[in-house]
Amino acid sequence: MTTYETIIGLEVHAQLRTQSKMFCGCSADYAAAAPNTHVCPVCMALPGALPVINHTAVEKTILAGLALNCTICEHAVFARKNYHYADLPKGYQISQYELPFCRDGWIEVEVENKPGFSEKPGLSKRIGITRAHLEEDTGKLVHGGSEAGDTRLSQGRGSYTLVDLNRAGVPLLEIVTEPDIRSPEEARAYLVKLQQILRYLGVSSADMERGAMRCEANVSVRPVGQEKFGTKVEVKNLNSFKSVKLALEYEVARQIAALERGERVVQVTMGWDEERGRTVVQRTKESSDDYRYFPEPDLPPLVVDRAWVDEIRSRLVELPDAKIARYVNELSLDPRDAQLLAMDRGVAEYFEATLATLRNQVSRRNLVSSAMGDAKIAANWITGELFRLMNAAGAGIEAVKVAPAALAELLGLVAAGQVNQNGAKRALGAMFVTGQPADQVIRELGLAQVSDADALAQAVTDALAKFPAEVARYRGGEEKIFGWLLGQVMRETKGKGNPAVVRELLEKSLRG
Amino acid sequence: MLHELTIHQAASLLRSGEITAVELTEAVLARILAVDNDVKAYLALTPEVALEQAAEADATLADARRAGTLAELPLLTGIPLAIKDVISVEGIPATCGSKILENYLPPYSATAVLKLRAAGAVLLGKTNTDEFAMGSSTENSAYFTTHNPWDLERVPGGSSGGSAAAVAADECLAALGTDTGGSVRQPAALCGVVGLKPTYGRVSRYGLIAYASSLDQIGSLAKDVTDAAILLGAIAGHDPRDSTSVNAPVPDYAAPFQHKPGLSGLRIGVPKEYFVPGMQPEVEAAVRAAIGVMRDLGAEIREVSLPHTDLALPVYYLIAPAEASANLARFDGIRYGLSASGGSLWETYRQTRGQGFGPEVKRRIMLGAYALSAGYYDAYYLKAQQVRTLIKQDFDNVLRDVDVIACPTSPTTAFRIGEKVDDPLSMYLTDIFTLSLNLAGICGLSLPCGFDAAGLPIGLQLIAGPFEEPRLLQAAYAYEQATDWHTRKPKLEAES
Repeated sequence: MTTYETIIGLEVHAQLRTQSKMFCGCSADYAAAAPNTHVCPVCMALPGALPVINHTAVEKTILAGLALNCTICEHAVFARKNYHYADLPKGYQISQYELPFCRDGWIEVEVENKPGFSEKPGLSKRIGITRAHLEEDTGKLVHGGSEAGDTRLSQGRGSYTLVDLNRAGVPLLEIVTEPDIRSPEEARAYLVKLQQILRYLGVSSADMERGAMRCEANVSVRPVGQEKFGTKVEVKNLNSFKSVKLALEYEVARQIAALERGERVVQVTMGWDEERGRTVVQRTKESSDDYRYFPEPDLPPLVVDRAWVDEIRSRLVELPDAKIARYVNELSLDPRDAQLLAMDRGVAEYFEATLATLRNQVSRRNLVSSAMGDAKIAANWITGELFRLMNAAGAGIEAVKVAPAALAELLGLVAAGQVNQNGAKRALGAMFVTGQPADQVIRELGLAQVSDADALAQAVTDALAKFPAEVARYRGGEEKIFGWLLGQVMRETKGKGNPAVVRELLEKSLRG
Repeated sequence: MLHELTIHQAASLLRSGEITAVELTEAVLARILAVDNDVKAYLALTPEVALEQAAEADATLADARRAGTLAELPLLTGIPLAIKDVISVEGIPATCGSKILENYLPPYSATAVLKLRAAGAVLLGKTNTDEFAMGSSTENSAYFTTHNPWDLERVPGGSSGGSAAAVAADECLAALGTDTGGSVRQPAALCGVVGLKPTYGRVSRYGLIAYASSLDQIGSLAKDVTDAAILLGAIAGHDPRDSTSVNAPVPDYAAPFQHKPGLSGLRIGVPKEYFVPGMQPEVEAAVRAAIGVMRDLGAEIREVSLPHTDLALPVYYLIAPAEASANLARFDGIRYGLSASGGSLWETYRQTRGQGFGPEVKRRIMLGAYALSAGYYDAYYLKAQQVRTLIKQDFDNVLRDVDVIACPTSPTTAFRIGEKVDDPLSMYLTDIFTLSLNLAGICGLSLPCGFDAAGLPIGLQLIAGPFEEPRLLQAAYAYEQATDWHTRKPKLEAES
């Protein structure tokens, strides 16, 4: 049986996060708005209305292009893409064709391992980006049932379609890859990475489920060793990472099965049918698309001068890959923690703010920091206890009431021996709910650690007095019972005893 | 006869208090009632709106008179004007001479219209046009053909034929037209009035219902050069809503007229390519005589060459239809205008556009879509853009050596209604002297320079470089003052 190679190229549309639409002043934040309320002569395509470029959208496109390692074109031209559809009020979409803002970039994607958890360096792969350009979104069509209504656009008897132009004209960033992707898993990894970068840059919410990031795939297969690409099939309606992976797996299997049966793959546009778990033909390519692109005469070509690009470049934030490398190399975090922290820009910023305050405190108090290192401590608390609390509450980092400085304060108290690990965990739980500062919570809950030798010696004496049999067993050579005895002393201290001091006193007492 | 006044004459009478804006507007409305059944210049009249605006203007004038600030009032205060129907005026139908927009009421006004209203102008109504400004005679209007006031059997030219005829017949003091390939200048020539096409980017296109976006420009049709200058001054200027409008200062175009009579020092180029075999001999004679007058006024006359002139027509008929094919895609029966019900979306498109567009519009949409099609784009659209650059360079070269170019506006005087309707090519040829300017983006005007044996007006076209309107108007004014063509009026039998 022939072995096949999968070839995938992806086109991603991401809505840019701007206040106004791409070519008019209407608010682009239409999520909760009644239909056709965020509209004006321009985005409704009234006769005589003209587009005006939203420069923030251009800057966000260039910012994304720089983050995607693209060349930024010095001259960018908007073009009209001509086709008729009810959601496209002008009968053409203002897009870019020959001279996009960004071209020839790449994204590095971890492959082989589970995405996001690559511990072995060298298993990453570059996916080429052909171009990234700016265009406008279309309106939304709402298909109605068979009750009587507006039947002007009806597809069948009694059904109707309504047009909502709130979304029409919202800026869209289109990012097109080279046919570099070799598996559905790689496709998914690419999308995860792209989403992460767009979110880091703050240019898009890149939320697939809400349609702020949409994906189309070109899929083909060829026998391994064959140079010529197989016939490609376009797959649309990929609305989640899961559906991307499932649809591509299905489509690859379908194409291989067809070739194995001696059939050929036909060039078509398929849609992913989530419910039935299969791709279905939407359109045959015999009626080949001809969009009759030409430069948009209503918008002069845009000169993107170097100074402007440099200014935008100065706004580039440190991206996840660079952060992970820095966390591993400079902060000695293990790669898994580094990835967990860098995955979301909010978490990374939280971590870095916590660490900065912690280091400041540690040096101010002239404390010798723990052998684990401050970074490791902060990372452990955030990826461990804080994430656990966030998961339980279903909260994102933005909703966390514990300020990074408050967490640092708590960790400083741990380092100073004023609260032990268990006490600190309980304190953080309370801080997570109330947002109160660490010292207040510790005071109010009585969590302060007891290091006073006299008080602790009394606890040791009390505990040993309660368990003479166990003390005898220990003294008889059953040394493993020491831990249990230590626990009993800690219980006497209501958990607040300084474990190191307690251990020392207990050992002394048992020996004596 | 108040309706015969020019803007500048009426403005001084309004200021002196000898007439009121309401009287003036009533006089013009009466004139329209008397002659428009024959001329058919207007598609829609808005007399109530006009009289209301005139009353406002009278109040403004009265206030200014009391305050002693009459001199600061815009000259257009209280002046009744007509607007070509491709320009949007809020709440007043804008049909573009097309059935597809028969029921369309614009919810906003074009920037040029807002500027006129801000200057206190009175809007009388909307004038006839070839459908979507595609034509040279108004015969492509879906409603009716406008008649030339000089000979009602003849066309007024087009596409701004309604505006030109209204000015010539004293049915307004002046009017706005639009010029994509000569649509202001050619009807101005055929109707014996002044027609000014400004530099591309001089006047905002916002609210002008687009035919060919890279060529369209709103211009003035007026009874004399001074009025054309006043109107341009009112509508020119940068508009943030039109990204192709240019942020250049707007001078007082009429101000220099008093100071610099004569043409001494002005270099006028006469392009040999604009005197072609087949043109009406009387037109050539009148234009050459006009050039002689300008020489006598002190201008230096030079023969110049614009070698790519013969390519303007084919280039225009690729670029303009290409842009039109996209510009007219929005007329789909979904949001406004004609909506012919079909069983499906595609059937709705087919029915709406099939019924709504006339044959010339369909022809140009097909031409344009073809020129942009995959496999033809390079050979047609792209090649046309390259030749467009050559045509522009022709003008750049010549306008380094001369200040103004003088030539005929149209190869013939007004032709008979119906004479060319079945022959699109011969209709297209009526614009051969005007198309190049739009392709080059520069400014030009047509003004009366004589009459043929049949008593039909002949137009002299003057051309200047980008934003050289002051020089253009100065030259035109000097010629106008030396002649009396502009004072002649057609003899219309007013119905009483």
